[in-house]
Amino acid sequence: MRVALFVTCVTDALYPQTGIAVVRLLERLGVHVDFPAGQSCCGQPQYNTGYRHETEPLVRRTAAAFAGHAYVVTPSGSCAAMIREHYPRIGRKAEREGRGTELTEAARSLAPRVYELTEFLVDVLGVTDVGAYFPHTVTYHPSCHGLRGLGLGDRPRRLLAAVKGLDLVELPGAQECCGFGGTFAVKNPDVSAAMGTDKLTSAAGTGAEVLCGTDNSCLAHLDGLLRRADSPLRTLHLAEILAATEEEPLT
Amino acid sequence: MTRTDLGMPAFPDAAREAVRDGVLRANLRHATHTIRDKRARAVAELEDWDRLRAAGKAVKDHTLRHLDRYLLQLEAAVTAAGGTVHWAVDADEANRIVTELVRATGEREVVKVKSMATQEIGLNEALEAAGITAYETDLAELIVQLGHDRPSHILVPAIHRNRAEIRDIFRAEMGRWGRPAPDPLGDDPRELAEAARLHLREKFLRAKVAVCGANFMVAETGTMVVFESEGNGRMCLTLPETLISVVGIEKVVPTFRDLEIFLQTLPRSSTAERMNPYTTMWTGLGPSRGADGDGPSAFHLVLLDNGRTDTLADETGRQALRCIRCSACLNVCPVYERAGGHAYGSVYPGPIGAVLSPQLRGTDSEIDASLPYASTLCGACYDVCPVAIDIPEILVHLRERVAQGGPVTRHGIRVRIRPAHGHTAERAAMRAARLLLDRPGALRAGERLLARARRLAPRRLPGPGAAWTDTRDLPSVPAEPFRDWWTRERGTPQ
Ligand code: SF4
Repeated sequence: MRVALFVTCVTDALYPQTGIAVVRLLERLGVHVDFPAGQSCCGQPQYNTGYRHETEPLVRRTAAAFAGHAYVVTPSGSCAAMIREHYPRIGRKAEREGRGTELTEAARSLAPRVYELTEFLVDVLGVTDVGAYFPHTVTYHPSCHGLRGLGLGDRPRRLLAAVKGLDLVELPGAQECCGFGGTFAVKNPDVSAAMGTDKLTSAAGTGAEVLCGTDNSCLAHLDGLLRRADSPLRTLHLAEILAATEEEPLT
Repeated sequence: MTRTDLGMPAFPDAAREAVRDGVLRANLRHATHTIRDKRARAVAELEDWDRLRAAGKAVKDHTLRHLDRYLLQLEAAVTAAGGTVHWAVDADEANRIVTELVRATGEREVVKVKSMATQEIGLNEALEAAGITAYETDLAELIVQLGHDRPSHILVPAIHRNRAEIRDIFRAEMGRWGRPAPDPLGDDPRELAEAARLHLREKFLRAKVAVCGANFMVAETGTMVVFESEGNGRMCLTLPETLISVVGIEKVVPTFRDLEIFLQTLPRSSTAERMNPYTTMWTGLGPSRGADGDGPSAFHLVLLDNGRTDTLADETGRQALRCIRCSACLNVCPVYERAGGHAYGSVYPGPIGAVLSPQLRGTDSEIDASLPYASTLCGACYDVCPVAIDIPEILVHLRERVAQGGPVTRHGIRVRIRPAHGHTAERAAMRAARLLLDRPGALRAGERLLARARRLAPRRLPGPGAAWTDTRDLPSVPAEPFRDWWTRERGTPQ
């Protein structure tokens, strides 16, 4: 099987180790990974802040970059939700503004081919045990867009539970937002930090060493708070845990 | 929405104070978490919740699409049943109508059933200016009124107060409004409720005029419906001689049978009860009312627009008019939980307030322009809403209006508004970012530059970024972006 990796702009620039982990993991599972060079940002920051028109070129670009692939896999629930949920909306709004059906068609062709990583593993490849090894106590925070936007359900937790050596502990209030929310973290810094701090207090209370998530942008916010607080807890993207094996442990 | 609300600071500033108030945060956290858990249990009992939710949405959408027709039908039915219908285009007109109706009775005081519509128009203040005193009879509303406070929750207006604070308010203020609080008075909920009961009973027995709202109005029969928990509403609806009801035009439903849906979804969503303790329905005066002294002898219905038809003209925003004011979205909202209701600068706080106020009032004021951003778009509000209002979708839609301007309907006329103040720099930054992101070659060069300068990366950012680095560390920049790793390991990407 052949898939295109949509690495997302945040992961590309700041968390390359997540992208590398996705490549290693998928290849280990026998999947051939392509990395289309034309990809960039899905346009989520612009769209969510109210700059829909600035998003449109990125919709076109993303659709064109992945035109040749039946499966597009991304390690970000919010970027997958942006493409699946909001690209068609952006297309419909452009149509209503009398600017033709081009964006709608681009969105319609791309949206059903995009998978968040855990969806791809569980639904398309049909695996929950990916042969990973990670001997640590882990708690999982489901990011909102994955949880409610995509309906990832317990896929990430099933994948984690199958990791050898991993002790998965429940995060109280897991379904509550971490307070990132894109530009929300900048526009409403006090509420954002209060939400993040509460999330980290719950996470620390579980006794876990690692707080795992499926969205690097949420993790950047939480990690930033953790490091400011000098906490021993650390954040990790799920892909990095799943990529770790006994032969090639995560350092 | 009263005039005093509009001088409010923008949401982030108002929220900052609340976030720092430990008592307030503890009160809010305790109250919202208790009710949200109870609601989840009450909803889980119904196997057909999703279908009820879809049905509620469908009824409301259908009614809104034919609102003119159903309102005329309602007017005819209410009139036929002996009531009088008045139409109010805005808050001033509604306040004038009610004031004149009260004046015509010769009375100087009215009792009130808790109603969002009358708070929205600032009726109590308008009556006071005309020398008429309005007494709130809902317990929480009474606490707010006695405390010279503003409500901070749709259903539990005094949610931000704890028992000790309430006892202090009762002791200090009850005597100035009527029967004083018993002495001594403890902070046991039962004792507090009893003090309020004694205080209010005097008001019910004396009042000749009552003012209320309604949860629903049935077009085919002209029936008004009030859901409540305490029974004070029923006292107001039956004891006084004149009943004046102020109701938003979006509250109409076509048939009596439609109530079957909301009788199930509203109580479970709001108070987490299977059924609310008191449901009062009345239809005009009816043949037996008035005549034998049972119920009021005069009934007036004031139908309030106040920005609703303008909201109806907006394809995305209009779904906010489906709202049945259950307040479930407030109770699950993590932003409301930290910021408190007052930060929203409106009688409609929380997620629904963030989408309703900027539509009803426009986005001109600082507070209204900031409300669409008072959310992380986490989607919890959409999930619980019993009429499936996609609040995150409306928030993004309104952000576009604030940031970019665009077409809106104001007083029935389609106009183009300009972007709100203070978004020029942001707009430029978004455009610059997009130009960069739309050129992967340039993006890659930028990433490399960042990687090379990583040791120089500042711990604190200037400008809007400062908000980030005040409380959080920036992610450290990796030595090599993913793209470069790929090229090094796998050759040029296609
Ligand atoms: S928006 Fe929905 S959840 Fe919120 S108060 Fe209205 S009906 Fe209830």
